[in-house]
Amino acid sequence: MNKQEIVEKINNALAEEFEIEVSKITPDGDIKETLDLDSLSLVDMVALVENVSGVEIKGTDVVSIKTFENLYKFIEERL
Amino acid sequence: MKRRVVITGMGIYSCLGKDLETVQTSLYNGTSGIVFDAARKEMGFRSGLTGNVQIPDLKNVLSRNQRVYIPEQGLYAYVATAEALSNAKLTQDYIDAHEIGLLYGNDSSAEAVMNSIDIMRDKKNTTLIGSGGIFKSMNSTVTMNLACIFKLKGINLTISGACASGSHAIGLGSLLIQWGLQDCIVCGGAQEVNPYSIGSFDGISAFSVRESEPTKASRPFDRDRDGLVPGGGAATVIIESYESAVKRGAPILAEVCGYGFSSNGDHISVPNVDGPSRSLQMAIREAGIDIRKIGYVNAHATSTPVGDSNEAKAIANVFGDYKPEVTSTKSMTGHEMWMAGASEVVYSMLMMKNDFIAANLNFENPDEDSVKLNIPSVRVHKHFDTFLSNSFGFGGTNSTLVIKNL
Repeated sequence: MNKQEIVEKINNALAEEFEIEVSKITPDGDIKETLDLDSLSLVDMVALVENVSGVEIKGTDVVSIKTFENLYKFIEERL
Repeated sequence: MKRRVVITGMGIYSCLGKDLETVQTSLYNGTSGIVFDAARKEMGFRSGLTGNVQIPDLKNVLSRNQRVYIPEQGLYAYVATAEALSNAKLTQDYIDAHEIGLLYGNDSSAEAVMNSIDIMRDKKNTTLIGSGGIFKSMNSTVTMNLACIFKLKGINLTISGACASGSHAIGLGSLLIQWGLQDCIVCGGAQEVNPYSIGSFDGISAFSVRESEPTKASRPFDRDRDGLVPGGGAATVIIESYESAVKRGAPILAEVCGYGFSSNGDHISVPNVDGPSRSLQMAIREAGIDIRKIGYVNAHATSTPVGDSNEAKAIANVFGDYKPEVTSTKSMTGHEMWMAGASEVVYSMLMMKNDFIAANLNFENPDEDSVKLNIPSVRVHKHFDTFLSNSFGFGGTNSTLVIKNL
């Protein structure tokens, strides 16, 4: 997957799971705010990303992933 | 002094319909909700028979963060409870300002447990189970979800009493209200219908294999019965102190005037006669009424050979030469298990309020025990003001409710 494919795949999956318009997702957007995540639904976001991309996000990594751009980069570097 | 306990609202979601009105019509017409599910045969079931219950789509009703924690039976319970709260005229403002309790019968959440374990085994990664796994899997899943969704602040407890769970929930709730510990409690029972939840039950040869005639398979008290048909859904009954109901101008439908219970102290699956008899006697004693006031008996009878016979003996022993109509609505619904005690109160209430007794479908020939009872195989038009409802479960748990029209 190239970067564009990652962005498209992740955005579509997150928008569907968390029931928001995909257009609301922007690279600089805060993931928790945009998806309205609490401590429980954050787990679902991590699980979904792993299921979609095959990249595991460990607990320590989650802390540093604030924006969608952080997330795309994290995935790209591990594919 | 004990306080009076009244029913102020009901809701139902079952194979007979998705609301009270539809269910009443099905009862009146004697419409069976039993179907054959070929997929179960492919899974290795002895019997592919089941109650036909559609999973409600609540996508536009509850938020994603509410839905993700609710298992199948919780969805049914949500719909039934929303209907019951509406009928009881319990608004969110009233609920927010009072300590409304919640006692609901549920005794499994097998599909949710299975789904979580499948992911653990396959992926070796617990995070991938997702956040819903734990909340869907616990036995108290129905009460934890309903309490959060409807913002209930009183007692919050799941009753696990096998196939008597829903009846015990209403009975125990009535005791809490009688003794002044609660003013209003949302009671009920829920039952998952997915095949995974009852495969092990099928495995002990408890289910009817009359697959060629699904609507004739559940035949409580009939000589040729060969086992139960599993069903499910959810039923909710709002109970309240008489004073509370009057004070807020609630519709007062009936009074829970007797709750009896007992344990057989015997075999894990085979019921006896003594335990149920004591449950019936206690409920009638607690109700403090002449037995001849009871105009209808909603039997537990599940269509199993031994269970129906022993219940028939117990009813005949307790009622003696007085023979009110006795039917099992399981002839239409199959056995709704954890839900049955609550749903059968709702079915009986609908009949009592509308002056009929639904047919005990498929009662064609009595056996030596059921011949002693007055079991109508066709609908009876009759006014009655009090009914008795039996619910018995594995492990020999018994519950009986006596409910009076108001």
